[in-house]
Amino acid sequence: MNKLLLLTISLNLVLISAFAISEERGIGGVESLRGSAELETTRAADPLKRVPRDQVDIESSYVFQPPLIPHHIRSYEVSLNANKCLSCHGWKNAKQMGATKISVTHFTNRNDEVLADVSPRRYFCLQCHVTQSDAKPLVGNTFERVQSLQK
Amino acid sequence: MKWIINALKGFWGILRRPSKAAVGIVLFMGFAGGLIFWGAFNTGMEATNTEEFCSGCHAPIVAEIQETIHYANRSGVRAICSDCHVPHAWTDKIVRKVQASKELFAYFVTQTINTPEKFKERRAHLAEREWARLKKNDSLECRNCHNFDYMDFSEQSPRSVRQHSTALASGDNTCVDCHKGIAHKLPDMHKVDGWQ
Repeated sequence: MNKLLLLTISLNLVLISAFAISEERGIGGVESLRGSAELETTRAADPLKRVPRDQVDIESSYVFQPPLIPHHIRSYEVSLNANKCLSCHGWKNAKQMGATKISVTHFTNRNDEVLADVSPRRYFCLQCHVTQSDAKPLVGNTFERVQSLQK
Repeated sequence: MKWIINALKGFWGILRRPSKAAVGIVLFMGFAGGLIFWGAFNTGMEATNTEEFCSGCHAPIVAEIQETIHYANRSGVRAICSDCHVPHAWTDKIVRKVQASKELFAYFVTQTINTPEKFKERRAHLAEREWARLKKNDSLECRNCHNFDYMDFSEQSPRSVRQHSTALASGDNTCVDCHKGIAHKLPDMHKVDGWQ
């Protein structure tokens, strides 16, 4: 009985290793948008996108799109302790700082109830808003703005 | 006991009697001794201004600066701890160094910030002290490098110009009033002026 078991296991191992050798390794020749790096190798990272210091606003492409950030935000802390974005864009300081106010949608919770302050689910600005950079689309597309946002 | 007193008396005797050595030799020895003492003192003081010395105790805080522009930037000019936290002028520096000895006492004897948890707890207090210090000396340590007279507003972004040409130029505000946490993580800012 024991011998039979041993034989089966060793046969299985031989088969598996034979398959492993014959199978094409890595990504199996499939390329993605990020290039053709093998699974076993670590691809060199793309260079970081440059964020110009001050830029022209990129207009929204659809209704309710979170506006892009037209300035750099290096070292701007958004944490439990502090929110650098709100120190200018919060309603308290926006006018004095000449900044765009955060929209009133940030004050509602998920039951559409209006709160007295920024809703916790809207506190982490960078979940939706990102800095504008010179990133090009990865693939070509024919997307057009909705009629109401076209100029 | 008696021999100590005798030794002291002997030493006093040497001090109050004129030396048999030539005045030139005495003067030379004085100068040489002064040079050695002064050199050693200053070297010692400079040694307590290095990044390695600071991170001996403040390692986690020193690590925080590494993401910021005062550590890494395009041109490689950088500031270390002492550039911002220790005055450059000699007298101010000595005063600050003496104050720092009290902070050593807090660290080693009363042990108020000797664990990361205790430090986190006390962070707001420590930050407020440093903001108050910079507010009081008109952000002197910032201005050691960032000289207002040589700021070119045409090279600054409109956001910066708006603030620098008004509040900073008039002297109503000083650097640290707006630029808080530029090299460190911030404590709880909800009670701080200008923050939410």
